[in-house]
Amino acid sequence: MTAIAEPVVSDRTAALAERLRSAVGVERVLTDRTQVRTYECDGLANFKVTPAIVVLAESRQHVVDTVRLCAEAGVPFVARGSGTGLSGGALPSADGVLLVLSRLRKLFPVDADNRQVTVEPGVINLWVTRDAAPHDLAYAPDPSSQLVCSIGGNVAENAGGAHCLKYGFTVNHVLGAEVVLPDGEVVHLGGRAPEHPGYDLLGAFIGSEGTLGVATELTLRLIRVPEAVQTMLVGYSSVEDAAGTVSDIIAAGILPAAVEMMDALAIEAAEAAVSCGYPAGAVAVLVIELDGPQVEVEAQFKQVEEIARARNAFETRIAADDAERALMWKGRKSAFAAVGRISPSYFVQDGVIPRTKLPEVLAEMKRMADEKGLRVANVFHAGDGNLHPLVLFDDAVEGQAHEAEELAGDILELCVTSGGSITGEHGVGSEKRMKMAKQFTPEDLDTMQLLRCAFDPDGIANPGKVFPTPRLCGERPGVRKGEHPVQAAGLGEVF
Amino acid sequence: MTAATDTRRPGGPDDAVGGVVPREVVQPDTIDQVAVVLRAAAADGRTVVPVGGRSKLTWARPPESCDLLLDLTGLDRVVEHVAGDLTVVAEAGVRLADLQEQVGRAGQLLALDPPEEGATLGGLVSANASGPRRLRYGTTRDLLIGITVVLADGTVAHAGGKVVKNVAGYDLGKLFTGAHGTLGVVASTTWRLHPVPPARRVVTLELPDAAAAGPLSVALARSTLTPSAVELIAGADGTARLVVLFESIAESVAGQAGAAVDLLGGGEESEDLPDDLGRHPGGADDVLLRLAYAPASLAAVLDALPTGTAVTAHAATGVSYAAVPAGQAVDALPRLRTALAPHDGSAVVLRAPDAVRDALDHWGPVGDSLDLMRRVKERFDPERRMSPGRFVGGL
Repeated sequence: MTAIAEPVVSDRTAALAERLRSAVGVERVLTDRTQVRTYECDGLANFKVTPAIVVLAESRQHVVDTVRLCAEAGVPFVARGSGTGLSGGALPSADGVLLVLSRLRKLFPVDADNRQVTVEPGVINLWVTRDAAPHDLAYAPDPSSQLVCSIGGNVAENAGGAHCLKYGFTVNHVLGAEVVLPDGEVVHLGGRAPEHPGYDLLGAFIGSEGTLGVATELTLRLIRVPEAVQTMLVGYSSVEDAAGTVSDIIAAGILPAAVEMMDALAIEAAEAAVSCGYPAGAVAVLVIELDGPQVEVEAQFKQVEEIARARNAFETRIAADDAERALMWKGRKSAFAAVGRISPSYFVQDGVIPRTKLPEVLAEMKRMADEKGLRVANVFHAGDGNLHPLVLFDDAVEGQAHEAEELAGDILELCVTSGGSITGEHGVGSEKRMKMAKQFTPEDLDTMQLLRCAFDPDGIANPGKVFPTPRLCGERPGVRKGEHPVQAAGLGEVF
Repeated sequence: MTAATDTRRPGGPDDAVGGVVPREVVQPDTIDQVAVVLRAAAADGRTVVPVGGRSKLTWARPPESCDLLLDLTGLDRVVEHVAGDLTVVAEAGVRLADLQEQVGRAGQLLALDPPEEGATLGGLVSANASGPRRLRYGTTRDLLIGITVVLADGTVAHAGGKVVKNVAGYDLGKLFTGAHGTLGVVASTTWRLHPVPPARRVVTLELPDAAAAGPLSVALARSTLTPSAVELIAGADGTARLVVLFESIAESVAGQAGAAVDLLGGGEESEDLPDDLGRHPGGADDVLLRLAYAPASLAAVLDALPTGTAVTAHAATGVSYAAVPAGQAVDALPRLRTALAPHDGSAVVLRAPDAVRDALDHWGPVGDSLDLMRRVKERFDPERRMSPGRFVGGL
């Protein structure tokens, strides 16, 4: 589906734009159609909504002023970082404000003894590790977009990455957040110390996809750079053998830093795009990385080689240096974009399955794709069962986009029925909110809404995301109402 | 009527929570029964305090009222352990020790090691209990991947799932972690497991004083060593030792223990865990505090404690337990909180003798998010019937 909505310029938004100009400065408030159109989508480019107003915030005060004025006017706002999200989480509201945070990009000095650093939300993920490196420290979450994605966006989506198998997700690496609530109030959740008394609202905030407020400062935990890192690339003649290797590694009690898998079509695409030199004729490859103390990595690396051989690996390459390691990763990290070389269009999906179900789910996916006459390339974080099927299609062929979208949706449902999830790291956003009802009961979703209502009773922070049906919070806490008349009449949706 | 209502009995002194004797005790066997009990309590407007192994009842303030003590030890099923996925689903009343025994047969463990004996999973989630290995594995918030809760009105809700990687929906597991039963009842939990490390080596270094642990733990944390735990165990008599635990394959623990001895400038190597590893300090006459602070400020925190205080510190993580003699605690606690403030610190009372308990500010300052916490409480428990008054700010 391609959704396009035009901005709704009303008296209300026009008046708000004036108030915003006097609060944050004329040059930071955009309403010109050609200018605001730049922000009509994030990384999920087939969903487009042009916002009525764009605010380019440069300070916490700009964020507070913008959010407070939106709250007073009852106008929705959507926070946006680098706009690399893949679920339409930063899709604007047509009648609302898009609050751009990418100019809030200050990094405070690294606190090496406490292994932490405080940054503003527009800071790019990779900059954190760059600043930490002189202290032999690093920021663990490493989404493939880390060259361009922002920490604020990572926090909103609870971003993962290849190395979260061992190190966990963004939520495991954020110690504190300064948050502007949807009424403009500023609160501090967590901090530089662990175990703050009270509810873990920081844990609930991270991954809430911009629906609970806007972070203006984040304190991140840094990890010590490991003594040794070893990476190997293994080629297989069957997907089953590759998947079996992953299971055997885990069963042997080894926790790799990363285990990534690509199938034949993904390999073909990566070769075409970046000439990464993956084993010729491989039906599947694994990129396996171990890190830790030297002796431990060496011993376990040998063990992994033996496991791979026992699973009929036909070629095993070990990265001799950082350059070779970088090439192995280049193929993997560029895979999404690379698929563009072998197909006019594609949908990226982000489902999760229990790791042990990998062979049967892959077989079923192939059957489903064959039935529709479509091709699916698979790139995934095999260690934690996070699949990224890329459904290839040609939008010049009538009806194929629709077929592909249907297949992508069916694949997600397959993930859920296999005991998994509709998203491992990309978030629900606009794209998958209807699928939430496949994974959760109405009671589950209502209970999550209680949290939303505590933070945002008027529902103005990133509305229309995450949940299948917007719900009103009610005057009295705890009272849950049914469908709102506006919504029932089909008027309450963005598209 | 249901089995749950059949088990109702009057509360007695043994059921008291912080000195408050419940009018009635009920022990349901299933999640559905918990929902039935809570719906009935909602209809009658009764207050409810959920308990599990009752090993941490003093950690929160006494409830303002307890019409019904909800004993969850009947929810004792390990529902699903998938060894190949390193995950387990277990009900809230399962004792941690029993779960460890079961998953241990597959060479796996739930990487939480709080010292309280008899603790159940629901209790350790609700109290956010942890132990020495939090340095390596984190705490409940890092290991809990799914949760089933029953709200005050009897609604049964799930969040998270059975896979480690999952960002669909709000993470209510984190919200209920450490909430001390004030938002609802934790009924079932799903966890990420880890393999049991095959080998262990312990390095023990006698210290001239407790404060010496400060710079040493910073040095360890900044090294490439990967200890499971770095523990300071300091007695009320001034003796102190640092215990560094390595758990991995044999080659690794041997090499790392040797490197740790070099880095620390001494220490004895052993394969045996000390008996007092992870135990909280002091006895019934002391006020037991949990201190949390930016990790590198350990020495400053120790310096702020009254003399004669025994301390166990998870030294590289910013969490310590201190046993302050009861006679000094009432004066010492506000001073200690002032001293901790520059380190973003907090001091929470976990246990206090009856004589001084009411004179202590149990939770201390909460910061600028207390109003937001109050709004969360109002949404989940608008009638304020779940463990009322146990939590921060009288929630």
